[in-house]
Amino acid sequence: MTEAEDRAQYADQNAALHRLFDPVLTEPLPARMYMRRPAWHGYARAAGLLVAGIAIGLALPLLRPAQGVTVATAAPLPIRAARAHLVYSPEVRHPVEVDAKDQDHLVKWLSKRLGLPLKVPVLATEGFELLGGRLLPGPDGPVAQFMYQDASGKRLTLYVSRPHAGDKVTAFRFAQDNGVSVFYWIDDDCGYALSGEVDKPTLARVANSVYHQIEQ
Amino acid sequence: MDYNQIVPFIPNLRRYARALVGDRDAADDLVQDTLERAVRKFHLWRPGDLRAWLFSIMHNVFVNQLKGRKTGTHVEIDENMVAAPIPTATSVDVLDMQRGLQALVPEQREVVLLVALEDMSYADVSRALGIPIGTVMSRLSRGREKLRKFMAGDVTRTNPSLRIVQ
Repeated sequence: MTEAEDRAQYADQNAALHRLFDPVLTEPLPARMYMRRPAWHGYARAAGLLVAGIAIGLALPLLRPAQGVTVATAAPLPIRAARAHLVYSPEVRHPVEVDAKDQDHLVKWLSKRLGLPLKVPVLATEGFELLGGRLLPGPDGPVAQFMYQDASGKRLTLYVSRPHAGDKVTAFRFAQDNGVSVFYWIDDDCGYALSGEVDKPTLARVANSVYHQIEQ
Repeated sequence: MDYNQIVPFIPNLRRYARALVGDRDAADDLVQDTLERAVRKFHLWRPGDLRAWLFSIMHNVFVNQLKGRKTGTHVEIDENMVAAPIPTATSVDVLDMQRGLQALVPEQREVVLLVALEDMSYADVSRALGIPIGTVMSRLSRGREKLRKFMAGDVTRTNPSLRIVQ
């Protein structure tokens, strides 16, 4: 074969390889590839908010809309949170069980049921006011959901759960499920997930504030 | 240096792994093992081409997996390869390419994929696989030639049970 024929053959091979395997480039990453970060985790806990901010900043451009995180277990924390958000956030008359007016009672009640001292983040500076909260069934027991609303009626929910067996300790992560965006993190005794049908930068900003207030 | 510097390379590592081992789950296991090893070995990385470094780690993991699996002969590996990806496009050349890749020995397959799919320079391939550039070139030309025969329908399979008598 001549050199030119070789080159044409090689170009054909390259093209066939790309047709065959380029679709892999845009497949959603399995959740485990985001979540298992042994070396990074300790650093994240030590550096706290700074690292969370970097994680958000770096994660945002990598995340493609309308692609779910492929989940390794039946229903990981962000998926449970997103589903709870979908169920309760459209409620007009009964979005919460206990109104924010009774905030002290709300926090005591949910803390007692979860067996955890809960803190309710104040998100007024982010434009979101607490509506109230409710108790939900989780895979291993009760789960708390706090609901916030902004002036335009957009709602965010904060899902607080004891970690389920399949929930690995993880630093700040992003997931999407059924159009609901979720920022979440799981520490040793509690998992937190902030869900909303809002744009990612907005959710990231609010989640950052939640993370800051809870992990201080 | 942290994990976030690696994240942008994950899609390419997955594509390469899928082409290299065929089966989707086995490929993602290879990627996962590579990522974990990379995180553990961060301190050994010298600022430079992070991509070549990651592919060199994947190469080492892949070779270890082959050794681990090679309790019998390489027939076992060929059987795994048959559980190949379902192509999204089923044009004839694509199917031939898939079979052709399976017919290459792993050493040739690595070089062909790094050059033809990942668009690496010979120098980068040499670094990633830890072999001299001359070896890169000879494996590449032998691999390319074998693929050419497959694409042209001029086929000799490595698996004797599937050999096409000419």
